[in-house]
Amino acid sequence: MNTIASLNIGEIGYISEESLEIIPLKLLEMGCLPGAEVELIQQAPLKDPIYICVNGSHLAIRKETAAIIQILKSEI
Amino acid sequence: MSKNDIKIALIGNPNTGKTSLFNQLTGLNQKVGNYPGVTVDKKLGKSKLSATQNAIITDLPGTYSINPTSLDESIVLKTLLKKDIAASPDVILVVADVENLKRNLLLFSQIKDLEIPTVLAINMVDQMNRKGISIDLSLLKKELNTEVVLISARKNEGIQDVKEAIIRCHVVAKASPLCGINSKIDPDYFENLKKISPNYSLYELWLMVTQNNYPDTITKEEKEKLLSFKKDVPKLKKYQHKETIYRYQEINKILKKTYIVDKSKAKDLRSRLDKIFTHKIFGYAIFFLILLIIFQSIFDIASVPMDFIDGIFAELANFTRNSLPEGVFTDLLTEGIIPGIGGVVIFIPQIAILFLFIAILEETGYMSRVVFLMDKIMRRFGMNGKSVIPLISGTACAIPAIMATRTISSWKERLITILVTPFTTCSARLPVYAILIALIIPDTKILGFLNLQGLVLLLLYALGFASAILGAYILNKTLKIKARSFFVIEMPNYKLPSFKNVFYEVVEKTKAFVFGAGKIILALSVILWFLASNGGDEFKNAEQTVIAKVENQNLSQEEIQQRIASTKLEKSYIGMLGKSIEPAIKPLGYDWKIGIALITSFAAREVFVGTLATIYSVQADDEDTTTIKQKMASEINPDTGKKQFNFPVGISLMVFYAFAMQCMATLAIVKRETKTWKWPLIQLFGMAFLAYVSSLLTYQILS
Ligand SMILES: Nc1nc2c(ncn2[C@@H]2O[C@H](COP(=O)(O)OP(=O)(O)OP(=O)(O)O)[C@@H](O)[C@H]2O)c(=O)[nH]1
Ligand SMILES: [Mg+2]
Repeated sequence: MNTIASLNIGEIGYISEESLEIIPLKLLEMGCLPGAEVELIQQAPLKDPIYICVNGSHLAIRKETAAIIQILKSEI
Repeated sequence: MSKNDIKIALIGNPNTGKTSLFNQLTGLNQKVGNYPGVTVDKKLGKSKLSATQNAIITDLPGTYSINPTSLDESIVLKTLLKKDIAASPDVILVVADVENLKRNLLLFSQIKDLEIPTVLAINMVDQMNRKGISIDLSLLKKELNTEVVLISARKNEGIQDVKEAIIRCHVVAKASPLCGINSKIDPDYFENLKKISPNYSLYELWLMVTQNNYPDTITKEEKEKLLSFKKDVPKLKKYQHKETIYRYQEINKILKKTYIVDKSKAKDLRSRLDKIFTHKIFGYAIFFLILLIIFQSIFDIASVPMDFIDGIFAELANFTRNSLPEGVFTDLLTEGIIPGIGGVVIFIPQIAILFLFIAILEETGYMSRVVFLMDKIMRRFGMNGKSVIPLISGTACAIPAIMATRTISSWKERLITILVTPFTTCSARLPVYAILIALIIPDTKILGFLNLQGLVLLLLYALGFASAILGAYILNKTLKIKARSFFVIEMPNYKLPSFKNVFYEVVEKTKAFVFGAGKIILALSVILWFLASNGGDEFKNAEQTVIAKVENQNLSQEEIQQRIASTKLEKSYIGMLGKSIEPAIKPLGYDWKIGIALITSFAAREVFVGTLATIYSVQADDEDTTTIKQKMASEINPDTGKKQFNFPVGISLMVFYAFAMQCMATLAIVKRETKTWKWPLIQLFGMAFLAYVSSLLTYQILS
């Protein structure tokens, strides 16, 4: 299964509907919504943390968080 | 504050310009910076809305929603849930960033559901053109059912509109919810919740349930009923998620009609800069380079004005001595106050340069990039990427730095950061380092361009950071606190620093440094001078004793005077005090005069140089007054007959200052933030012990 953690720099994915209950509330509030487009902008060494753009918000999150949010490689 | 004043609370996402707007409305100069989490406490100010209407404005920390996850955010929740008439806001001014309106409206929609009159100020409209954004304002007003104004807090545009909108909104004093959470999620559930009390809006009750935070006005009965809703935690969580999704759906509907972004217009400077600044190799190299440049400049640029000021104070003392009649008062001025104050003022150039660099880093948005780069490393040592901000801003002062830890949500990581922040080299240590480096490190260039003195200074800063990190490692292993670590930060846009913000930041901080240290040293120098110029019988007989002793030694008149002066100082009250602690500090290489300076430094480190300046001035007691640097350079250790400030002593002193917790104000703030004396006391004694042992080792090895 693809997650945000499996994106490469510049790649885009779409947060899957199944993730809804898993996404931490804080991230949800910051714009990480199911269906939203996620782009990986930059990654620190060992891919942790990563820097993403989702729904117009530029966020840095840790790999452990990114790894639980499932994505689809193409729009639903 | 009069009863008619409108109470306004400024609420919004982090970094949207709330404090900038607050400053415009109140004329104050609160700290503004381009990263989330600049404001971490509430701050009140007065504003004149119209000829007849005044307002009390509260600036609050930024938050993404009313569901707080850290201390700074929970201040917002507490302000909103307060029900007493005096404190609860009459009007809420929500500040939103035009570039990310969607996310900003989430918080707005929550606030709206509290049914308090609300004005929406969309800020940074100066960026709209560049980003290709256009807004249908009148339609947006209608859809959101509120006053909406477009402003630019930085450019001082639209401020008058804000004031008028607030007055209009206050007069109407009616508000209706925007999203009405109940019907969409679980009508029955929320219907039952609403039945608990008619005194609160549904959303307020929902917040009490989810946040476990109750206003003082809640009755016991009501609270019990609310608690029954808390039993099913997974359900609460699920409903919170659903609520958020639902809010976003409503917001999307509204924005589709009113907010257009022409993506082709958005020039992307951000992504180009981020490619280098957050790069996994270059990012770190650039960070190191920036630090190197800062510490080099502190020495390279500041040394000229510093010597200039030093000279001026020597002249001033000279001039005062020559133009005033001889007497106790003149002595107090020329030997006590002028050198003491000089010992603070001389460091203004260095401090100002340091503050300038920090202000620029904070205003450009670079700070958050460092947070991103450092999170993994910090985590390994029990801290959080966000700990970087306290550690960097701690180079100015530990007090705001410790406050800044409020953004860290895990208590363990926050506590560790609070405990190790005093290790970072704050601006109060800079004077001590600067003068000692100037005395013991030659002013040469290595590799042709690196200033050796600047390099040593960089090493001392590195020592500070390294001990902070090492301290964190040890604390992480020993502290038995369970806390879940979570990390998410927003990366702000890069911005050109606003000249005004940087200027005020530097001026305010430098002023605080000079007046803070100035007040202490003013009082201290009077006390020191008095204690150094008075004493018991031995002091009064010093002249005869010395003359009797040197009778047959064939000394010149000048040398005899010198001996008398130094014997007098030794037998004065301050000499007696210093001598009594000398045995404890002799193994570190210090004499009793340095000992006195160590003691006064426990009030604040930056008075070290001023204290020595005062003591040496009393001792010199001669007509031609020299600069502080010369005084320290020519101080002779009577035991060895060599210079007092030689290499081993200088290094040992710097090590002592690097580790010792010599700052009352920091201890007080740690007490406030941790709510017990336990942690500040552990800091005080732990760091004192570390300082003593390390300086002892340093001196014994080097000499
Ligand atoms: N371009 C532009 N920048 C602005 C404007 N208003 C504020 N800024 C900048 O936005 C950044 C954040 O401003 P602050 O006033 O500190 O924001 P805040 O909302 O108080 O931030 P927190 O206290 O961290 O929540 C600063 O760099 C300001 O200079 C504006 O109208 N236009
Ligand atoms: Mg602020």
